[in-house]
Amino acid sequence: MLRFFSLRVFRALLTVTLVVTFAFVVLRMSADPALIILGPEAPPEVIAAFRKSWGLDEPIWVQYVDYVAAIFRGELGRSMRDGRPAIELVAERIPATLALTLPALALKIAIGIPAGIWASLHRGTFVDRTVMAAAVAGFTVPSFVLGLVLVLIFSVQLGWLPSGGQDTWIHAILPIVTMGVGGAAVLARFTRSAMLEVLGQPYMRTASAKGLPWARAIRDHALPNAAIPTVTIVGFMVGTLIAGAVVVESVFSWPGVGRLLVVAVSNRDLAVVQCILLLVAATMVLSNLMVDFLYGFLDPRLAAGARAGGH
Amino acid sequence: MASASPLIRLEGLSVSFDGVRVLHGVDLDIGRGGTLGLVGESGSGKSVTWLAALGLLPGKARIEGRALLDGEDLIAASDRRLDAVRGGRIAMIFQDPASALNPVLTIRRQIGEALALHRGLSGRAVGAEAKRLLDLVGIPDAERRLSAYPHEFSGGQNQRVMIAMALAGQPDLLVADEPTTALDVTIQAQILDLLDSVRRETGMALVLISHDLGVVSQTCDRVAVMYAGRIVEEGPSSRLFADPAHPYTRGLIGALPPLDGSRRRLVSIAGTVPDPRDPPPGCAFAPRCLHSDRRCTGDVPQIEPIEADRRMACVLAVHRRSEIAARAGREHTTAETVAP
Ligand SMILES: Nc1ncnc2c1ncn2[C@@H]1O[C@H](COP(=O)(O)OP(=O)(O)OP(=O)(O)O)[C@@H](O)[C@H]1O
Ligand SMILES: [Mg+2]
Repeated sequence: MLRFFSLRVFRALLTVTLVVTFAFVVLRMSADPALIILGPEAPPEVIAAFRKSWGLDEPIWVQYVDYVAAIFRGELGRSMRDGRPAIELVAERIPATLALTLPALALKIAIGIPAGIWASLHRGTFVDRTVMAAAVAGFTVPSFVLGLVLVLIFSVQLGWLPSGGQDTWIHAILPIVTMGVGGAAVLARFTRSAMLEVLGQPYMRTASAKGLPWARAIRDHALPNAAIPTVTIVGFMVGTLIAGAVVVESVFSWPGVGRLLVVAVSNRDLAVVQCILLLVAATMVLSNLMVDFLYGFLDPRLAAGARAGGH
Repeated sequence: MASASPLIRLEGLSVSFDGVRVLHGVDLDIGRGGTLGLVGESGSGKSVTWLAALGLLPGKARIEGRALLDGEDLIAASDRRLDAVRGGRIAMIFQDPASALNPVLTIRRQIGEALALHRGLSGRAVGAEAKRLLDLVGIPDAERRLSAYPHEFSGGQNQRVMIAMALAGQPDLLVADEPTTALDVTIQAQILDLLDSVRRETGMALVLISHDLGVVSQTCDRVAVMYAGRIVEEGPSSRLFADPAHPYTRGLIGALPPLDGSRRRLVSIAGTVPDPRDPPPGCAFAPRCLHSDRRCTGDVPQIEPIEADRRMACVLAVHRRSEIAARAGREHTTAETVAP
């Protein structure tokens, strides 16, 4: 068990390191933060001073080593824009993002999983084809297109809902629906195929052969098995709770982590970008661990494997 | 057609999938406590026959005919009624025990379901009875093994668990669909012995489905041979085995290693089973039959009696009957000439 987890943690750390390094190099090479933040008209002395104070005049590998060393000291750096600690800037945006992504996740689960189960139980019928057509549409349409279409219908045409901003919960409805639809579609398709796989298994016939009514065979024998692959997808969605709203936040001008990221990238505000990336990576790693844990709980075969791996 | 009121009687049972008929009017009786072996090559309709009788085929299957359990037609029965019959009066076990058990539920749970459904047991009684059943089917350390999952058992043990589950509802008939095909040879014999002994102890009837005439003839009083969705020969296993009538049955026996262990070459039947979508005219076996002639491509031969207690579906039935009559006549005359 210990080896199993230390391997996981090692892999997670490796991932985080790669992501952070990549972002560092790309952001540093693609543009000069000093020019972007101070503007092209700033006098050369000011730019030089800015560079010196942020260490931008050092060779890039020195900057990188300094940066990594700072992370190990627990310092995530300060925003070049206003000098505030990056972590603070990011932290104050998290609630706004979660206010969208958590309800959207609930929506995905509440619609996607039942729709997928329903479709699988009516395989090949009108119900199934309708649900699947809707699902294909739902996950093919990019979320910024869907967001704009929803704004056109519900804000511009009908005038029922606001098209942007964050003043009341009503403002959250369109962004939540926009995010929920795509995820629900993915989950519905996934749940359906997981269910179809399970329904074709010999143990389902065994359940019927022993006299279990069909509804109980579904509930007690099919669902627990279909839950195993479905948990993977839900876990992946949990991993995107922080970073998954970039597009939707931009479309609906929602002041969350995603918008902060967009602004920080265009400013080459490195500390802020890196701080968000670390946070995102940490969320993904945590959700992965959560999925592994749930697997062990749902699938006795894996639980045994993990136990055996620990010896 | 043994007794006047059989436990179960299949009458003209036919099954089609997507317009393709794979089972063509199967007639079969099984008496209380009787044992029937059902043999035939892969695809001959052995499984489909019993899955159809129990309503276990997918919805696209079209079923005709009747399956009368003590006179009640299961084909026309409601789902509720079928649920009571399945596991309660007729239990079925399958070929691959590892995949026939649910991987995420404990053995206790899976046996317990049948006990709750058909015996009304609950609470502690379930555990006690499940343990008794595991003991009965020869799983050591039953108490502890109840909380194990199927992947913690070997193939043979899983089949024992399946048998325990089947016995849980105290059925009148157990249909064992190739219960040993997926198992090692040494384990096969153990499982067959187990089936035989539980059958004797409980008095239930047994249908043993197999590719292997040898397996069946040791366990079953009667044998039905299926070919391309039809029963082509049926009768008491000793007589059928000693003196097979249908050319297909003869071919199957020719393909068996002899019981005395002498090294005779195995002759398998040349050719392959016809595709149900494109059946040959007349007798489905004719293209592979050593005795076929012009008559065989005419009408499909119907199954008819060839002697007391024996039936076959072949144009040779008529010869067979006269041959048997002649033999009986000869024996009769011999007896007379010796007697005075
Ligand atoms: N669900 C199904 N859908 C379509 N065709 C099927 C289905 N189940 C069985 N069949 C067809 O019905 C015919 C009889 O199959 P069945 O499974 O009864 O054969 P079997 O005698 O049990 O063979 P085996 O020894 O391989 O188990 C075959 O042609 C098979 O392809
Ligand atoms: Mg079969």
